[in-house]
Amino acid sequence: MGSLKIENVKKSFGPVEVLKGIDLDVKDGEFVVFVGPSGCGKSTLLRIIAGLEDASSGDVLIDGQKVTNAPPSKRGIAMVFQTYALYPHLTVRDNMSLGLKQAGTPAAEIDQRIAASSAMLSLEPYLKRRPAELSGGQRQRVAIGRALVREPKLFLFDEPLSNLDAALRVNTRLEIAQLHNRLKSTMIYVTHDQVEAMTLADRIVVLNAGRVEQVGAPMELYNKPANLFVAGFIGSPKMNFIDGARLGETAKTVGVRPEHIAVSDTAGAWKGTVIHAEHLGADTNVFLETEKAGLVTIRLFGEYQTGPGATLYATPDAARTYRFGEDGKALG
Amino acid sequence: MSKAATSLPRTIGAHAILLTYTVIALFPVIVIVVNSFKSRAAIFRSPLTLPTAETFDLVGYTTVMAQGDFIQYFQNSLTVTVASLFFVLLFGAMAAFALSEYRFKGNTIMGLYLALGIMIPIRLGTVAILQLMVASGLVNTLTALILVYTAQGLPLAVFILSEFMKQVSDDLKNAGRIDGLSEYRIFFRLVLPLVRPAMATVAVFTMIPIWNDLWFPLILAPGEATKTVTLGAQVFIGQFVTNWNAVLAALSLAILPVLVLYLFFSRQLIRGITSGAVK
Ligand SMILES: Nc1ncnc2c1ncn2[C@@H]1O[C@H](COP(=O)(O)OP(=O)(O)O)[C@@H](O)[C@H]1O
Ligand SMILES: [Mg+2]
Repeated sequence: MGSLKIENVKKSFGPVEVLKGIDLDVKDGEFVVFVGPSGCGKSTLLRIIAGLEDASSGDVLIDGQKVTNAPPSKRGIAMVFQTYALYPHLTVRDNMSLGLKQAGTPAAEIDQRIAASSAMLSLEPYLKRRPAELSGGQRQRVAIGRALVREPKLFLFDEPLSNLDAALRVNTRLEIAQLHNRLKSTMIYVTHDQVEAMTLADRIVVLNAGRVEQVGAPMELYNKPANLFVAGFIGSPKMNFIDGARLGETAKTVGVRPEHIAVSDTAGAWKGTVIHAEHLGADTNVFLETEKAGLVTIRLFGEYQTGPGATLYATPDAARTYRFGEDGKALG
Repeated sequence: MSKAATSLPRTIGAHAILLTYTVIALFPVIVIVVNSFKSRAAIFRSPLTLPTAETFDLVGYTTVMAQGDFIQYFQNSLTVTVASLFFVLLFGAMAAFALSEYRFKGNTIMGLYLALGIMIPIRLGTVAILQLMVASGLVNTLTALILVYTAQGLPLAVFILSEFMKQVSDDLKNAGRIDGLSEYRIFFRLVLPLVRPAMATVAVFTMIPIWNDLWFPLILAPGEATKTVTLGAQVFIGQFVTNWNAVLAALSLAILPVLVLYLFFSRQLIRGITSGAVK
């Protein structure tokens, strides 16, 4: 219970086509992340799954049942929003129980579910407070708790960490990952942040301009990007794209990840001058202006002493370079 | 407030301007109230002095209480104002919600149409309104006034409230939909409380012109049973003799209820601003 199937879903707002035919199969218990740049239609797709927006055409099936005409509350879903969206006039407890009360759940069961999920999220001390009396991280935990008590077939998350500061983001991410391990329920998670996608997902759906660019496990996308967009979107710092002609290749574009380039002071494939070096402790990012390949980013592990003006030789790992054709698709 | 804005000369300057304005605005009101407690001779001899032991006189108030049914007039004014206010806020908020929340054909045109009344004074239609009220037998009823004032107040209410409702978080409304709340409950329980400061503003701007209006009571409901306070006070103004004591007393009394309503709404306004909506 908890599978999702999307068949050729399209959505237009007036003349603007935001989703251009999305097909997707999500198995029961899977953690699927939709990732893509801002404005590519992730939230719109999620809202269509939730029933908050009607698709212009196409079908959404939850557990094999067409839900096109079912209202959001009858779809067996729960949603967590970027802005928390807690009811400001209700206490944490009432925020969590409102949906169940609406559905006519017996009071004893409501109590028991709230006790279980507030224990899971350590929300007990706050049950009597109002949202205004909580910090951002606590509010988002309450929002997750509100989703949890519904015991949905499908959890939907719309950029739940985007409003949190960096430290809280890591904590909450961990909490969501643990939640999925424990509940084994199906989760759809939307984010523009590829790190969140890579760390949480069983499977990632990369969206761009209303189309699915690639679907696959995180390492599949990292190791075998289907096209330029996915290659550039997954991985940080971004993959270096070099004009194939400059390297004497037949491919239109050659891609090398910054971490797959070795450097040397004495010899290598590309000679260049360091423009800037970022020392992060665990990593050092070197920006090298090479004669042959133009500006390349190189990611070195650990500390590496260099600075602007230094001359370095860079050598890409031949086994891990990618080739892309005229149409941007990866070649063989 | 930034540091620079709190320097002493600026503070003094700002207060001087505000105090001057307050004095100018309050002066007529104070003159009315002060003189309503004086004898007729004292009003004309020295209109700007406070009542003293000799000049203190409640004759204005006793005249008002004795002549005409002023309690009834007050009730009429209150009924008309409160009922119109209620309908303006209810229908205005509902229309504003529909305009800001739902996408439908002609949404923008409908919004413009509903706001058009801000620019066109309703009094231009007085003759047609009178004919309408005569035809429907509503002349000399409070219903006639309530209907007219509701129509008069709606455009501004729709205009202001729809701007505010656009700012209410979509996520919050969607969370309500997922929890199975009906559109009515989303409107009444989630959206209305968040636009309360705007509602209070609209209430104040709607209420004052209704309470003070002389035009429509005179035309649509001049009968003894339906007279409003402002109309009732006119009996003391004659072509040749005006009973100033009574006029001033009636006006002083007329300020009170509207002042109470105003204080109530401005409280709401401040509470709404300070409570801090949860994003
Ligand atoms: N209600 C709407 N009316 C018109 N355009 C919309 C509406 N909602 C979203 N859009 C447009 O659809 C595109 C995708 O939006 P969205 O799904 O929110 O993107 P994101 O991937 O950042 O979540 C954007 O270009 C946005 O402007
Ligand atoms: Mg979004």
